[in-house]
Amino acid sequence: MATADSPARTLIAPAELDRPLGRALYRTVLGTVLVTFTAAFVFPLYWMVSGALKSSAELAQPDPALIPQSFHPESYTQAWSSTGLSRYFLNTLLLAAGALLFQLVVDVCAAYALSKLRPVLGNVVLAMMLATLMLPVSALLVPTYLTVVDIPLIHVNLINTPFAIWLPACANAFNIFVLKRFFDQIPEELIDAARIDGAGNLRILAHVVLPLARPVLAVVSIFAVVGVWKDFLWPLLTLPDPRGQPITVALNTLANDMPANQLLAGMAMASIPLLVIFLVFQRHIMAGLTAGSLKG
Amino acid sequence: MKVDTVGAPRRTRQRPAAAPAPAPAPHRAALRRRIADNLAGYLFLAGGILAFALFSWYPIVRGFLLSFQQVNFAQPATWVGLDNFQRLFDDPLFLTAWRNTLWFTALALVFGFAAPFVTAIVLNELRHGRAYLRMTVYLPVMLPPIVTVLLWRWFYDPGPGLFNHALAVLHLPPQQWLESENLSMLSLVLVSTWANMGTTTLIYLAALQGVPGELYEAAQLDGASIRQRLWHVTIPQMRFILLITLLLQVIGTMQVFIEPFVLTGGGPNDATVTVLLLLYRYAFVYNDFGLASAMSTVLFVVLGAFAGLYLRLTRSKG
Repeated sequence: MATADSPARTLIAPAELDRPLGRALYRTVLGTVLVTFTAAFVFPLYWMVSGALKSSAELAQPDPALIPQSFHPESYTQAWSSTGLSRYFLNTLLLAAGALLFQLVVDVCAAYALSKLRPVLGNVVLAMMLATLMLPVSALLVPTYLTVVDIPLIHVNLINTPFAIWLPACANAFNIFVLKRFFDQIPEELIDAARIDGAGNLRILAHVVLPLARPVLAVVSIFAVVGVWKDFLWPLLTLPDPRGQPITVALNTLANDMPANQLLAGMAMASIPLLVIFLVFQRHIMAGLTAGSLKG
Repeated sequence: MKVDTVGAPRRTRQRPAAAPAPAPAPHRAALRRRIADNLAGYLFLAGGILAFALFSWYPIVRGFLLSFQQVNFAQPATWVGLDNFQRLFDDPLFLTAWRNTLWFTALALVFGFAAPFVTAIVLNELRHGRAYLRMTVYLPVMLPPIVTVLLWRWFYDPGPGLFNHALAVLHLPPQQWLESENLSMLSLVLVSTWANMGTTTLIYLAALQGVPGELYEAAQLDGASIRQRLWHVTIPQMRFILLITLLLQVIGTMQVFIEPFVLTGGGPNDATVTVLLLLYRYAFVYNDFGLASAMSTVLFVVLGAFAGLYLRLTRSKG
């Protein structure tokens, strides 16, 4: 992959850019793109964060000001404490952490089995898992919901429990596929050597495979947390009790009767963790994006 | 004598068999290890299989069966044959929802397909600020969708909304972004495109970096202009990935939900009732799970056709 500093040959030749006309055109395009992108993708975020600082009266004015006329940072603390956003925030954290844990344990074990233990019919199981990637998620909404309401055979109702989020999250073919493909690259000799030393499967997984798989574990973990944090429809259906709801669902409910500046503050606070994750793990996210999108 | 003659050949016959006589023991040990390995394998797979069985495989079968059943929580399900489909096709909203969804998908393709491609090509040519631009275009993808739609609802607001303010600055008449039958769907598409184009842009960007530079050089030596190079080198090289993302976008945008759910509720005058919104209403407002499942089955068949196409294309490539 070419970095920004090593110009690989692209559509336009360096020589073409070095001509006076080319250079002027390049500068114009660069300037336009920088301004447009900042206006289109960064400014809305600024508008949200700064809007929350405005007073309710100022927010209602038909002639909005770029910089708040009066600063009201207390809308952030009010949104956090009085509307109970802190609770919804913690709920989201709990849902994300649990989903991460369940997904890692279940999907890593499954990928290890499919990659290294290769049981009879393992390929059939893998194919059946991958086939679900082709299914439209929304077509399964109703039957999956009914399953969560009444788990077959044991007849347990998961509605209003975090398990309604955690358990279905484990059926993630993308995770298993990415993990298995990574495990496949770990040389068989390493596993055999550990086995001769008397290590069992759990030991091999924990001490040989997982340390090597750290980058791919990072990708899977980030996507697991981000996925739960962004989700709306599924928690809306399975967590009807407001006390257990994540912040995404709560914001939608509160949007109609919360003061506008507090709502904006809440929206900003709901976004911060994801934006921080993005800024810290950019490289991993981009890698996961191209790894997951296509194999060609 | 008889015993001897019978015994002798038997002994000679047994001899070749006796030579690998120690073999059955290791063979049995190998078998035992194979069984143990398989046992361990399935032990490790158990969680995954259980999760998929409960929340993926079983719902697929059940969803199909449910479309032929009448379901409520009070009584056991009863078979009603094609009744649900009959009621579905009789509902005038069914056609409206499909028409709206196709309209949304078409509009989303115009924006969501072209915009990332142009953006990626421009970004790939720039020598400065690429890391920044790549990051900004992906920022909206990292916002929770509910935040995105609430933010845009505020932009679209007819009172203090930013968009009408911007129009006023340009001396243009204010618009009823979400309240007008003609404009509301376009407004939803704009939100959706803004929120999702980052992913597609980065996929295209990665693909563009895989186009061999020699091809451009050769074309240039043959006297091809920049536009000709774009047409004869870039686009043919990107054809496969363009086709794939096209299919994925069709599949994705046909499942649009949160934008109409939060921004318009399907209004004005049912102009933004989409398939998934109607499915949601059938199931979770009217508690008619049979009818909703029939809707799911129809959605499944339509999207399944695109998924099948996708599968064929990716398989024939790799």
